[in-house]
Amino acid sequence: MKRSILLLGALLLSLAANAQLSIDITTTGGRQIPIAVMPLAGEASQPQSVSEVVGADLARTGLFRLVNTAGISPIPTEPSEVSFPDWTARTAEALVIGKIERQGEGRVEVRFRLFDVHKQAQLASYSYVVAPAQLRATAHRIADLIYERLTGDKGVFSTKVTYVVKRSGRYELQVADADGFNAQSVLASNEPIMSPSWSPDGSRLAYVSFDQKKPVVVVQNLAQGTTRVVAAFRGNNSAPAWSPDGRFLAVALSKDGLTQIYRVAATGGQAERLTDSPGIDTQPAFSPDGQWIAFTSDRGGSPQIYKMPASGGAAQRITFDGTYNVGPRFSPDGKTIAYVQREGGRFRIATLELANGQIQVLTDGTLDDSPSYAPNGKMILYEATSGGRGQLAAVSGDGRVRQRLTSAAGDVQDPSWGPMPTN
Amino acid sequence: MKTASFVVIAVAAALAGCASKETKTDTPVTDRSSGVTAPTPSTAQRSTATPNRPSSVAGDPLRDPSNILSKRSVFFDLDSNAVKDEYRGLVQAHSRYLGDKRDSKIRIEGNCDERGSREYNLALGQRRAEAVKKVMTVLGVSDGRIETTSYGEEKPMSPGHDEQAWAQNRRADIKYAGE
Repeated sequence: MKRSILLLGALLLSLAANAQLSIDITTTGGRQIPIAVMPLAGEASQPQSVSEVVGADLARTGLFRLVNTAGISPIPTEPSEVSFPDWTARTAEALVIGKIERQGEGRVEVRFRLFDVHKQAQLASYSYVVAPAQLRATAHRIADLIYERLTGDKGVFSTKVTYVVKRSGRYELQVADADGFNAQSVLASNEPIMSPSWSPDGSRLAYVSFDQKKPVVVVQNLAQGTTRVVAAFRGNNSAPAWSPDGRFLAVALSKDGLTQIYRVAATGGQAERLTDSPGIDTQPAFSPDGQWIAFTSDRGGSPQIYKMPASGGAAQRITFDGTYNVGPRFSPDGKTIAYVQREGGRFRIATLELANGQIQVLTDGTLDDSPSYAPNGKMILYEATSGGRGQLAAVSGDGRVRQRLTSAAGDVQDPSWGPMPTN
Repeated sequence: MKTASFVVIAVAAALAGCASKETKTDTPVTDRSSGVTAPTPSTAQRSTATPNRPSSVAGDPLRDPSNILSKRSVFFDLDSNAVKDEYRGLVQAHSRYLGDKRDSKIRIEGNCDERGSREYNLALGQRRAEAVKKVMTVLGVSDGRIETTSYGEEKPMSPGHDEQAWAQNRRADIKYAGE
């Protein structure tokens, strides 16, 4: 009895420690929307506070400032109970209220309303009937709706990220919610795991496994846990990139000499060669419309970014500044490429606007790598190694907002941001 | 249920300054020529043999520490895939061994230091392995007996983050099938 209480205590402690989310926001330049997110009536008796998750989601974007809600009593749940002058006095421009009520079969109804404080008008109202275990996911959906309503862009709070955790010689491929919660290991190995990439529908991950003592490309179905080796040709097999229709992977293979770019079906089979250069061609990325593949090539002496038709053919160079520009990733609208550039011995994430060639260096690390766009194009997740330790970071497309995602678990590397949820 | 594995901290873009400190990378690469290409006298061979060494190792030139065939790593200069003269003896010895042992196959695994993009480094490592392979094929080893692969920056020999460590990690390792 005593022992089980101790165990339970230890479990609760570890859960609490893991769940602790330390958020420190400062942004430069950008105006933040002051928003008040009231505690939802009835949420105190639920396993998960919805309003806290909504507030944390919004604050983490750097685009919102949470207005103090202390001392508002009773908690308003209906429009008629809202005193708008009070919120104006507290400088709030937007207000969120709501309630959670028990329904049958152990389910709960979550209802929320979003108001424009100045106009004293309701902007949105939704209700969800869910199991209590889904409250966190429901909070992310609410935050998505609020974000879209107030910024005009889709929210990405219900998306997932994947990344590789490396600790004491062991590698784990993990999938977590975009806020870092609910991290789950989908693969563990004593050999390196590299370059995970989400299928466009979010159901599968392609990655590079070294379990065969050399790099091969594997596709794993996340729901079923099944894996399939889709490229294990002689030499290296790496850098998988999904075609937007999810049917093909562009991969980097060295089966015919130096690394070149090929296309394989997402289910495996023959490899069709797409590049034929005397140098290294690698790190392919499909444009969102499926028409182009951007890639790294050192055919001209230094590694630069090129693009070619998705079926292969003549490539044109698109980076010209500096002697090291690699690892292109298209923004979701296809207008911008994020990549890694080297300047003065430092590796940083930069963006290139394809229409006008404008370059913006977004980060100031020493060894930044693997940029990955959020599916709304607003943030870029990347690997920021410092002092030999791999950690993740994110930066907004305009460079103003920065997030650091630290894990006590070990080195975290090779992040990839998943697509918008399909439901 | 596992919960948060991240602590998310947003920091101001302006907070992190741009101290542009150039790292000196002109430290000379450690000279490994001694003991690699210089043939060890046979008397020394006996003395270096540990008494409790398994007999199978003693008879295997690939694992005999006093035999040049036990040396497997070719080290490279920064941004280079040129096989330096000091490693010619090592590569020649393995080529001769492959000439004698017709059923042996090897894999040459290229490696890089940690700087740069992971996937490009993987390809650079393979190019280093190809450079070693080229020397061996010129010496008569058939193409089909050598597979070139790479671990990129994933398997550093030295865990450090300085030029000395990086020099250890820019290498190609020769591995025989079954090893």
